[in-house]
This record gives sequence, C-alpha cells and structure tokens, in this order.
Amino acid sequence: MGSLKIENIRKSFGHVDVLKGIDLEVKDGEFVIFVGPSGCGKSTLLRVIAGLEDATSGEILIDGKKVNNTPPAKRGIAMVFQTYALYPHLSVRDNMGLGLKQAGKPTEEIKERIKVASGMLSLDDYLERRPSELSGGQRQRVAIGRAIVREPQLFLFDEPLSNLDAALRVNTRLEIARLHRQLKATMIYVTHDQVEAMTLADKIVVLNKGRIEQVGSPMELYNSPQTLFVAGFIGSPQMNLIEGAKLGDATAKTVGIRPEHIQVSNTSGTWKGGVIHVEHLGADTIIYLQTDFGPLTVRLFGEHQYEVDQVLYATPDAGRTYRFDDKDMIIKA
Amino acid sequence: MAKARTSPLRSGFVHLALIIYTLIALFPVFLTVINSFKDRASIFRNPLGLPDAKSFSLVGYESVLKQGDFTLYFQNSLIVTSVSIFFVLLFGAMAAFALSEYRFRGNALTGLYLALGIMIPIRLGTVAILQGMVATGLVNTLTALILVYTAQGLPLAVFILTEFMRTVSDDLKNAGRIDGLSEYSIFFRLVLPLVRPAMATVAVFTMIPIWNDLWFPLILAPSDATKTVTLGSQVFIGQFVTNWNAVLAALTLAILPVLVLYFLFSRQLIRGITSGAVK
Repeated sequence: MGSLKIENIRKSFGHVDVLKGIDLEVKDGEFVIFVGPSGCGKSTLLRVIAGLEDATSGEILIDGKKVNNTPPAKRGIAMVFQTYALYPHLSVRDNMGLGLKQAGKPTEEIKERIKVASGMLSLDDYLERRPSELSGGQRQRVAIGRAIVREPQLFLFDEPLSNLDAALRVNTRLEIARLHRQLKATMIYVTHDQVEAMTLADKIVVLNKGRIEQVGSPMELYNSPQTLFVAGFIGSPQMNLIEGAKLGDATAKTVGIRPEHIQVSNTSGTWKGGVIHVEHLGADTIIYLQTDFGPLTVRLFGEHQYEVDQVLYATPDAGRTYRFDDKDMIIKA
Repeated sequence: MAKARTSPLRSGFVHLALIIYTLIALFPVFLTVINSFKDRASIFRNPLGLPDAKSFSLVGYESVLKQGDFTLYFQNSLIVTSVSIFFVLLFGAMAAFALSEYRFRGNALTGLYLALGIMIPIRLGTVAILQGMVATGLVNTLTALILVYTAQGLPLAVFILTEFMRTVSDDLKNAGRIDGLSEYSIFFRLVLPLVRPAMATVAVFTMIPIWNDLWFPLILAPSDATKTVTLGSQVFIGQFVTNWNAVLAALTLAILPVLVLYFLFSRQLIRGITSGAVK
C-alpha cells in the first residue's frame, strides 16, 4: 500500500504551462521531497496528486489504481498545509475527527484514533481547545494529527514548516522524521528549503520550470548532479560556477566546484585571489575571493583568521570538480 | 510611544468630534420621539421642549393604534424586510462564493454584470416591474415586494461578499475537500462562519433602505392588507391637514423593530472568531 506512480502529467493554467510532462515513481514507505525555486511547479504537482487540481493530461496511480477522477477524500491521502488550515470554529478534537466523521466511521473508532494520534504528538492536554488558543507549533502538530488519524496511504506535506520560527522548525522536522519511521507511511513533502530536503528525504525530486531535473538520494544529488541547475541548487553556500573558457577548459562551458572542496594557502596554489569578505560561523569560515575569472567562494571548516584585501591562493580538490556542456548537462569524466 | 498615543488632549478631541457627530445624528430622532409624547399645541408652541405634566399626551399613539391596522403594517414590514435580507444574504453569498472560488470562462464579466445594479437604480425599471407583477398577478402581495427588494439588495451583497470570500484561505477549503466535505458543506460550514462580519454589514446596508422604502409599497402593494409601516404612516399626512401626533408616533414605533435588528447584526460585526484560523 502507498505507492504512487505519475505518468506524463501536464498542467496548464490558460496559456501558462506549469507542469510540462512529469514522470515519477514513489515506492511504498518512501519519503520523497519535491524541491525547487518558487514557481517551479512543485506545489501544483502536489495539488494534482491530492486531487485539488485536475491534471490537463497524464495519469496518476495510487497503489496501482488510476485516481484521475477520484475526489480528494477518496484517494486515501492526507495533507498538511503551510498555513495549518485548521477549522477555526472546531476544537482540536473535532478538527482531527471531522474527516473520519465525514467518512461515516463509528464514534468509538474515531475516539480511539484521535487518542493514538494525540498521544503521538503530545496533544492530549489541548484536545478541547480551539485553534486560536494554540501556538504556531501546536497548530502545526494538530494539522499533522489531523492527517495521521485518517491513516492515509499517502501523506502530502505542503511546506509545513515555512511558517514556524527557526527553533520550532528543527523540532518539528525531527518530529516528522520520527513519524515517518513510526508509521512507515509513504510521504511526499514539498519545500524550497534544501536543508529540510537533505535531512528528511529518502529521495529528492528537483524540479525546475515544470520539469524534473533529477531524482536521487540526497547524497547522489550532492555528489553527482546531472545538470547545472541541480549542481547550483543543492549545497550551501552555492557551488562556484565558472565559465570553462576562463579556466582554459575548451570542452566544458561551465566548471563547478563546491566551496568546501577548495583549499587555500598564503603562498602557492592554482588560482590567486584577493579576499573581499570573510564570514565567521564558528564551525565554518566562508571566504569570498575576487580572482581573475570572477568571484570564488571558499568554505573552510573550523575557525580561520583572514583579512580583507589579503592575497590568497586557492586549489580545488582533485576529482571534485564538475564539468557541464553547452546544454548544461554534466560531462562524464 | 504608548504615552503619546493615549495623550488625554488628543483622545479628548477625538471624543469631542465623535460626541458632536452623535448629537447631530441623533437630534432628529430625539425630536421625533419627544414630540410624539406631546399634545398637538405643544408640538408647535415648544417643539424643542421635553414633554411635561401639562403637555404630555398619548393622543398620537392612540390614533395610530385606532386608525388603520398598524399591527398588520408592522408585521408586513417585518416579513418583507427579514425575508428579503435572508434571500439577499443566501443568494448573494452563494454567487460570491462561485465568483471567488471557481475559475470559469466569463468569471470577471459575470461579476461585473452582477455589480452593475449598484450603479443603476432599480427604480428606473419601475414601469417594467409593475407590468411584470401585473402579468404574474403578484400586485398587492408581499411576494412582489420581497422579489424586488431581493433584486435590489443583491448587487451590493455580491460585491462586498466576493471581496471578503477571496480572503478566506484556500488551504482551509482544500483541507475541507480532503476531509470529504462537499462544496455545499465547505460553503455553509467553513466559509460562511468566516465571513459572518461581512454578512452582518451587508444585512445592515440592505435592511435600512427596505424598511424605509415608500416607493415600491406604494406602487406594487398599496392594498390595506399589504401596506408597510412607512406607507401606513402616510395616511396621517394630508394635503391640507397633517396629524403630526400620529405621524411622529408611527415613526417612533417604526424605529423600534429596526433597532432590534440592528443590534442583532451589530453583535456579529464585533464578534471575530477567525483569529488563529490560519497562520
């Protein structure tokens, strides 16, 4: 139970093509994350899977059954929204129970399922409260609880952490990871935050302009990006992308090197550059250099002292550079 | 900062302005009410004086309750007003929901068409309306008034409610869809409670012109059985002699029901249950 297959999904709003042919397979129990810049179609894709939007063409199969014409409530899904979307006039208990009540489940079972979910999310003390009497983190837990009680085959999360502050975001992220282990359910999660994507996902789907750029585990995407876009999108600070011609590389249009794969020295190295800014983050030191071929970001681990305008020499780690052709595809070494 | 904002001088001026405005607004009402309790001579001799032991008289109320069937007129006014408000709110909210929620061809045009009625007064169509009512045999029925007033109130209702419904979070409606609520349940159980303050505003704006209208009752339902209060009071205003006591008494009585309705709706205006729904 809980597998999802998408075949050539297209979605247009008027003349604007938002999704341009998406094929994707999600196995039972997988945690899949859609990432991409805003406007790349990731939320639309999630809504199409949920049935809140109709696909212009293509097929959606949940558990091997075509669900294109099935209403959202009958698809065996549950969704958690960015804005929580709790029913303001209902108590926490009724918020969680509404879906089951609508489905005609017996009162005893509803009560039991709410009890299990509220125990899991430590919401027992808040069951009789209204959403307005809860904090942001609690509201999002209620929204997650509302999804859990439905015992869906597929959990859909639409940027669930975007409205929470930084500390709560980390906590809720851990909670979602724990839930995934506990429930062993298939989860699809949309975010624009690559940290969330890297930390939670079994499989990341990188979307750009309505197409899938690459699908892979977090480390696959980090270590072997297939396109220039993925190389630039995954990793923070962003990968250095330098015109191949400027480095004397005639075959590659662009050469990419991650900031953490560069070593610096005061005396000698491949490239010479002047320091324009230094960021001290404690665990990392990030140095911005101005070189002959443009700016270069270097990330060093630990604390280092460098002055602005100081001259440094940078050397890329062997075998850690990525070369892209004029179609922005990787050139295999 | 906080101190500057609550400076007594400043808030004093604000209150002064509000008090002056209130006095101006309430003065005619006040005059109507005090004079309705005076005898005819005192109304003319001392129109601004309060009724005292000598001038106090209930003759106006007596003639109102004796002459004509005022209980019936009140009943008619109440029926026409409340049923019209009900239909205006129901149909207005439904149209607004469709316009704000669904994408379909001609959405903007339909909205514009429905809003046209705000700019074009319905009275321009009086002759055609009368012809229609005669043809359908609805002349001298309350139904005729209710139909006209519903049509009259709808444009503003649709206009205001559409804007308000756009502010209701999409996620909330989608959450309802995933929980298996039908579109009707989403409308009645999620959206309507959230736009209640807007509904109350529309209700007040719709109610006052209907209650006070003289035109359509006079043309469409002037029979004794269907007279509204406003029309009923006119019997006391003659070409040569006007029974001021009765007119003032009738007007004073006419204020009461509308006041009650207003308080009912204004409580909704203040009550806000939406806080904390989203975000």
